[in-house]
Amino acid sequence: MASMGEFMPIVILLGVAALVCAAMVTLSWVLGPKKVTPYKASPYECGVEPSGTARERFPIKFYLVAMLFILFDIEVVFLWSWLTVFKNPGMGSPETDLAFQWFSFCAVMVYMVLWIIGDAYVLRVNALAWDEAPEIHEAKFGAPEAPAATPIPDAALQPAGGGK
Amino acid sequence: MDTNLIVFLAMALVAAVAAVGVVAMNNPVRSALCLVVNFFVLAFVYFSLRAELMGISQILVYTGAIMVLFLFVIMLLNLGGRGGTLEERPDVKPGIGVGLGIALFALIAFQVLFPLQASATPRAPDDYGLPQTVGRNLFTTYVLPFELASVLLLVGIVGAILLAKRKM
Repeated sequence: MASMGEFMPIVILLGVAALVCAAMVTLSWVLGPKKVTPYKASPYECGVEPSGTARERFPIKFYLVAMLFILFDIEVVFLWSWLTVFKNPGMGSPETDLAFQWFSFCAVMVYMVLWIIGDAYVLRVNALAWDEAPEIHEAKFGAPEAPAATPIPDAALQPAGGGK
Repeated sequence: MDTNLIVFLAMALVAAVAAVGVVAMNNPVRSALCLVVNFFVLAFVYFSLRAELMGISQILVYTGAIMVLFLFVIMLLNLGGRGGTLEERPDVKPGIGVGLGIALFALIAFQVLFPLQASATPRAPDDYGLPQTVGRNLFTTYVLPFELASVLLLVGIVGAILLAKRKM
């Protein structure tokens, strides 16, 4: 087992962070005035009156963004192990160090080219474009099909939940 | 008692309680949050085993990213809490599950714990899991798997977009 000494700064940081969080929550809970009205007790939804339930199905676009985030996250994890050895390979002699640097550089370039292809594909098909909703889910907005001339009914102005 | 042992036992206890919470919670979101705690503590177990790269990857990839996917799946599938109209009638499934769990633990313990106990100091070399060590091996012995990983993840990008994107 590693000696805990070298992790002490991280442990102290975690401890202080946990303490500060707990103190803030507890103190505001203990000291804060509690004059609850139904309006105050309602869930906060961007400052407007909450509508509908939060337990509804979400568009798959969120999932796509999270998926792409994971994939590029894993790319960075691999790069990290390369960055730690590129400058100081520690292969034995300067010649082998240089050979290692060239070889690993070329290997990472091949790796990065594949990632840039993926990146270009993501941009090419507009995978992260968010504004396609009006084309597809007119009904899901909950707004009635109002002619442009008539004033928009109040129901249409109610937010239909975030991000749709 | 050894300080290391106390630290390990504390981490193991938190991880085990969180793991029980994952299966015991009725609300899937709470189960997912228990899984976050479990993954996070597991990362510290990796740190204590000298596997720093593994621990950081655990926090970055599993705790940070995979769990977001889990929560999105819960949101996408619109899973509510259990209970309500459908009451599960009592059946034998939990009993069988506990029995199989104990059997699996016994199997692993039989295969792993006793040989480890017999060896004098079951520990890896000091630089075993450092990012430097992993990096050196990754770009000498294991460079082909490294490149293949990027191909695999590129396939993942294309597949995710093809499945989830409505219009190209």
